[in-house]
Amino acid sequence: MSETDQTYSARQEAAIVHTRRGWRERTLIELRKAPWTAWFGMFVILCYLLVALFAPWIAPHGEAEIFDTPYAPWSAQFPFGTDQIGRDVLSRLIYGARNTIGIALATTFLAFLIGGGMGLMAAISRGWVDQVLSRLVDVLMAIPSLIFALMLLSIFGASAVSLIAIIAVLDSTRVFRLARAVAMNVVVMDYVEAARLRGERLGWVMRREILPNIMPPLVAEFGLRFCFVFLTIAALSFLGVGIQPPTADWGSMVRENAALIQFAQYDLKAGLTPLLPAAAIALLTVAVNFVVDWFLMKTSGLRDEF
Amino acid sequence: MHPIIRTILQRLGLGLFTLFLVSIVIFSAIEFLPGDFTEAVLGQAATRETVAAFRHELGLDQPAWIRYFDWIGSVLQGDFGTSFSGRASSGVDRSREVVDLIAPRLMNTLFLAAMTAIIAVPLALFLGVTAALYRNSLYDRIVNAGTLSTISMPEFFVAYILILLLSTLVPVFPTLAAVTPRTPLLERIYLTALPSMTLTLVIVAHMMRMTRAAIINLLASPYIEMARLKGLSGRRVILHHALPNAWAPIVNVIAFNLAYLVVGVVVVEVVFVYPGIGQLMVDAVTARDIPVVQACALIFAATYILLNLLADIISIVTNPRLLHPR
Amino acid sequence: MSSEADILLRMRDVRIDGFADEQWHEIIKGVDLTLRKGEVLGLIGESGAGKSTLGLAAMGFARPGCRLTGGEILFDGVDLMRASERQKQRLRGARIAYVAQSAAAAFNPAHRLLDQTVESGIRHGVLRPDNARETAVELYRAMDLPDPEHFGDRFPHQVSGGQLQRAMTAMAMACRPDLIVFDEPTTALDVTTQVNVLAAMRGAVKRFDTAAIYITHDLAVVAQMADRIKVLRHGEEIEEADTETMLRAPKQPYTRSLWAVRSIRKPGEGSADKVLEVRGVTAAYGTRPVLEDVSFDVPRGRTVAVVGESGSGKSTAARVITGLLPPTDGGVRFNGQDLAPDLAGRSKEDLRRIQMIYQMADTAMNPRQTVREIIGRPVQFYFAKTGAEVDARVSELLQMIELDDSFLDRLPGELSGGQKQRICIARALAADPEVIICDEVTSALDQIVQDGILKLLMRLQKDLGVSYIFITHDIATVRAISDEIVVMYQGRVVEKGMKEDILSPPHADYTALLLSSVPEMEVGWLDRTLAAQGDGAA
Repeated sequence: MSETDQTYSARQEAAIVHTRRGWRERTLIELRKAPWTAWFGMFVILCYLLVALFAPWIAPHGEAEIFDTPYAPWSAQFPFGTDQIGRDVLSRLIYGARNTIGIALATTFLAFLIGGGMGLMAAISRGWVDQVLSRLVDVLMAIPSLIFALMLLSIFGASAVSLIAIIAVLDSTRVFRLARAVAMNVVVMDYVEAARLRGERLGWVMRREILPNIMPPLVAEFGLRFCFVFLTIAALSFLGVGIQPPTADWGSMVRENAALIQFAQYDLKAGLTPLLPAAAIALLTVAVNFVVDWFLMKTSGLRDEF
Repeated sequence: MHPIIRTILQRLGLGLFTLFLVSIVIFSAIEFLPGDFTEAVLGQAATRETVAAFRHELGLDQPAWIRYFDWIGSVLQGDFGTSFSGRASSGVDRSREVVDLIAPRLMNTLFLAAMTAIIAVPLALFLGVTAALYRNSLYDRIVNAGTLSTISMPEFFVAYILILLLSTLVPVFPTLAAVTPRTPLLERIYLTALPSMTLTLVIVAHMMRMTRAAIINLLASPYIEMARLKGLSGRRVILHHALPNAWAPIVNVIAFNLAYLVVGVVVVEVVFVYPGIGQLMVDAVTARDIPVVQACALIFAATYILLNLLADIISIVTNPRLLHPR
Repeated sequence: MSSEADILLRMRDVRIDGFADEQWHEIIKGVDLTLRKGEVLGLIGESGAGKSTLGLAAMGFARPGCRLTGGEILFDGVDLMRASERQKQRLRGARIAYVAQSAAAAFNPAHRLLDQTVESGIRHGVLRPDNARETAVELYRAMDLPDPEHFGDRFPHQVSGGQLQRAMTAMAMACRPDLIVFDEPTTALDVTTQVNVLAAMRGAVKRFDTAAIYITHDLAVVAQMADRIKVLRHGEEIEEADTETMLRAPKQPYTRSLWAVRSIRKPGEGSADKVLEVRGVTAAYGTRPVLEDVSFDVPRGRTVAVVGESGSGKSTAARVITGLLPPTDGGVRFNGQDLAPDLAGRSKEDLRRIQMIYQMADTAMNPRQTVREIIGRPVQFYFAKTGAEVDARVSELLQMIELDDSFLDRLPGELSGGQKQRICIARALAADPEVIICDEVTSALDQIVQDGILKLLMRLQKDLGVSYIFITHDIATVRAISDEIVVMYQGRVVEKGMKEDILSPPHADYTALLLSSVPEMEVGWLDRTLAAQGDGAA
């Protein structure tokens, strides 16, 4: 033991100092430590994004191009056969990636913009603003969102725009709750009080003190909300009130080809056709879930709780 | 007044108030309809008189709040109005009462939901509790991976896989759940086997994960550590110390998932062409038959609110802090 | 000395791993411990020393995230390191009992206190259900609990913290165990409550001749409770001796540094020049009144200590001064001018001149900003400086708080507790304030570090002439740093004046109770205090 009482120095107090690394290097290190599930998830997401971006170059046929034979079997010309009016299933799957993912992403972004902004506002201003917004959200959340969406779609009609707007507004209630809750945890921190005591403007406090500290849970939530929105839109399209033909979309493709499943005992491949778009949906959702799980574990250290 | 009664009354009041607000939201749906929807319902050829008569029947010539109270008053007496479909431009009205459309289908939906709940709830609780107790074991990991994949699948995917396996390739169960009011119970169970299996798979996955998280959270409490340090057996720690405090979280998990079940029913009914209220609602949405949509939405929302209210009340009744005030 | 047969617990070369940052680290690095029957051993050390982990290991228990990796733990001949779960269950509760830090969390909210008190007795077959109640009542009486006949019929949330802690000791005593592990049992209590709980616990241990391991970070407390003291640091033993010897002549420098902490003392000085005046402030949270007609002055360049226990309103007073909580009546004057009651009404200049330092440095700094940004922001904000000017000023401030430029790019997570609090001090100084409010700034820190911080604050005051309002519950800190003292109790000022006047008799009743309740580092203090307080009450 050293003579601690005589030579005490604040500078030498033990503290864990991390090596300075750029974010690129840090990301690489994290990636190297990532479990296989996360790798798998990221790989799948990347593939989907590439397919969505380059759909016209990848697809062998056009999105709404109609050929002579409906329900054609799997062949070299139509790798997954054709659908009920003679469109190439593979091409529609590829275009479907673009439409389905695109609409789900747009919806999730919009939901975060509305819900996140309102949640932050409620957490910072508290008082009656918070009360009014929270009660409003309580009421909206008292109606199951799929049911609410169905009702609104019956009024506004099914189109891509109304679909995005309706789902985004309904989903923003959940984003609001989370954003408000995590922002509340940060708002009560002494450093936020210190900034207010210093006389900082609200915008500065929000941007510099609060936002950077609520990003990790919000990013994870973005992944989960995306899955939820994606599944909701798929369900609505499957029910025939979501994305409308001739736009290729995985949910409606399942519905259109569902009859083929009856032929599985004669031609297994034909029977599998309606399952392909459904499997495409499931695979992406699993992939996103894996990545979010890993991200949550990294940022919160919570392995088991959620 | 005993604080527990006061708290329960408060919750009941809050629940009723929420229901009231929800009914306003659902009612106002019709307000947002484009002005010419009467023509759309009756057809292009409708005469001015027919349209006027229809508008008068809907009360569109009266202020909104009067119509709301008329509507909610009738709803409380079990009258949901008349369907839009079956109307003709000629003014001949073959439309049916919404109640007559809904009543038999509501019974079917409740039957399907009940059948699913009877299997799913005990199964999910068992899986969730055991996974929490044997945390990080191989069993836990398998159950976890299985349920994570299941919650990632859309309901219709699960449904079609089951159809492919158990109906087409190995014909055990029928694809279509074509029940009628006269179907006997056993046959009814046989016909609804696949839809309820689909729902069970989806619900169990969600409920098991939430139960597991709730139990793990509970087992981390200092009083559980204390019970262990008192030398009590593992059984006693779980049954005597964890369980009495687990009711609230578990009941909440169950209510949340039954509410989820109510919604999951919609898609599954469509897949299996099951004559339930979910399918009715989807058809009504496609046909823009607003009175039917409103009635279905109100029933779904009310069920949802009631389930959550029930969970709230059970949590209150089992809370020692409220049961035994200072 | 007594023979080998007297030895109740013998731990040899105990090693325990803890799981952090995705890998196992050794947190107990080979500690030996011997405890004889009826003996009380005090385990002391700073946070992270591994005291609780070692205490639980004496019961053969490792918390989730910890594992016993080596050595042996012989309890009356049974090696707990290797014993079966069933064997350990038979010992726990019956022969070794545990008293936890937070009684409120460690009692099961769903069961009555009586049932919990006798549960392990009945389960282990020591008590019969028909005589269990009598035993419990007797224990409650022994622990000085009110209405012992019916105390056990209540639920944990129905009794106060001090009573719960005593009930927990009663629960531990129910089987007349040979050994009780006390894990910081009074840390969460106020000092005036602590005295009685300590007395009850010590009485019970003496009466039933139970051996005990008493874990605490408070030297004065352990001096009252223990026959022998073992000092731990970073999972290793520093030294062990009987209490008298340890207090009188500690061998190791580390131990001496722990003892020396409370040596700072400066004479109180007055000043007629008042920088800040609190005038008849009454304040409430909603409808709940918290402050009632509070007045005191802050002389320029001096330190006013505001002392009180939890709920006394001392932190609320700080919120009123800073403008976070507008008072319902009265107000604050600064340099002879009235300050606006709320934050929005105050000018940037008003805000600059009153700065605040918080208790938890962890939550007082944005974890995503570097030291440069944290200290630099007030410089930019108040003095409109930019670029190199800011950097130069930040370097200068780092020098003032005895740190250097190597800290500029660190995040708060990369600083030790004391360094964090220093950065907070630098941030306050960056505004070049006239008054700094220090809200319990040292109470979350280890003792050596506290010492350093207090010395730094005193030096800065001498150099810069800044005034401090020092909010604290710790009398030792008050003695060390204050010029004037304000004693608060239940939202009112009980007594105020120069340090020497307040700290020497005659006292107001509450001040007397408060001062006499602060444990002192000498054997026998508790007995004398109880006698004196008993006389006072009689």
